[in-house]
Amino acid sequence: MVDRRAAVSDVWDWLANVPDPEIPAISLVDLGIIRDISWRGDTLEVTVTPTYSGCPATSVINFEIEAALTAHGIENLSLKRQIAPPWTTDWLSDAGRAKLEAYGIAPPRTAGGPQHCPLCKSKSVERISQFGSTPCKAQWRCKDCLEPFDYFKCI
Amino acid sequence: MSVAGLIRLGDNTLVLGQRLSEWCGHAPALEEDIAIANIALDLIGQTQLWLGLAGAREGAGRTADTLAFTRDAWDFRNLLMVEQPNQDFAVTMMRQFLFDAWHFEALRALKTHDDAEIAAIAQKSFKEVTYHRERATDMVVALGDGTEESRTRMQGALDRMWPYAGEMFTTDADDLTDMVALRPHFDAHVMTALARATLTCPPSEFAHQGGKTGARHSEHLGHMLATMQVLPRSYPDATW
Repeated sequence: MVDRRAAVSDVWDWLANVPDPEIPAISLVDLGIIRDISWRGDTLEVTVTPTYSGCPATSVINFEIEAALTAHGIENLSLKRQIAPPWTTDWLSDAGRAKLEAYGIAPPRTAGGPQHCPLCKSKSVERISQFGSTPCKAQWRCKDCLEPFDYFKCI
Repeated sequence: MSVAGLIRLGDNTLVLGQRLSEWCGHAPALEEDIAIANIALDLIGQTQLWLGLAGAREGAGRTADTLAFTRDAWDFRNLLMVEQPNQDFAVTMMRQFLFDAWHFEALRALKTHDDAEIAAIAQKSFKEVTYHRERATDMVVALGDGTEESRTRMQGALDRMWPYAGEMFTTDADDLTDMVALRPHFDAHVMTALARATLTCPPSEFAHQGGKTGARHSEHLGHMLATMQVLPRSYPDATW
């Protein structure tokens, strides 16, 4: 009998093309929230770890995963929410960090602030607020080009 | 067994999350508006986890939503502090600072709870609350050690909120961790920040009690719940 189940590596590739609904510059895989993909019998089980517990994008993300995998012919899908270990920005991929920077969002750093302004690269930056337009971002400002920018919070 | 303790945690985050969301569109500056709304969002998300687990453990078919929207004031087990009205921005930030300082210690203790599901929620929430506490602390220092007007308001807010701090450190068998044991670390953080903020802690040890036991909520909770619950109670079949 031929195994008609899609290869797990293909599923990872498909999800690497699903953009985050709030920061479409990066994919769900870049964000590090897809923790596991495996087959249980003929059901594909995808384990997702939420970024922030109240992030309103979480339900949209589940919807996007379902839509993408259904489009690739997955018939039986189970989405599993896993909160431990908690999501950390350490799981953000290097490709994801580069894409964030190119998009104008300073990537997270353990030092607690952006390395430089994502627009003009000046190191002279200041924090405006610990919070920003989505739960995962804070507001900073460049003191050279004077542009405000988002910083992806490090947690 | 653990249901009552889970409901206490979930009711604190629910009631404070709802209170904070009252600021949405009204905060003194856009950045503060966004920050308060984001903190409210974190707290409501944590509520879904705590009350969701409480409902599952209870095994009577209640969900986080039914617990949030179909209980009356006397069924709530939140601290009296979190149901207090927002008043002005000073009172809101002082309440947040004192609550965050307690919440941080409570979650730090619960992170290593024997029950894996409780520990998982605490670990998740702790990251968010660490951030909340940092912001509230910065804000209290900036406003306390600020202008004459901001300092006067922050001292007034501290005098008003302090009698609600003591209830956080009362404990009984329903609590998932010994709340009394959290006090030294709470005091260390709070007193250091208040000194930097040039604010004086009231000497009285008097503490209003009755929120976490449900024995005596303040009149404010019922009014808040009326607003929060009106839609699902009026239209129980509503979905969105």
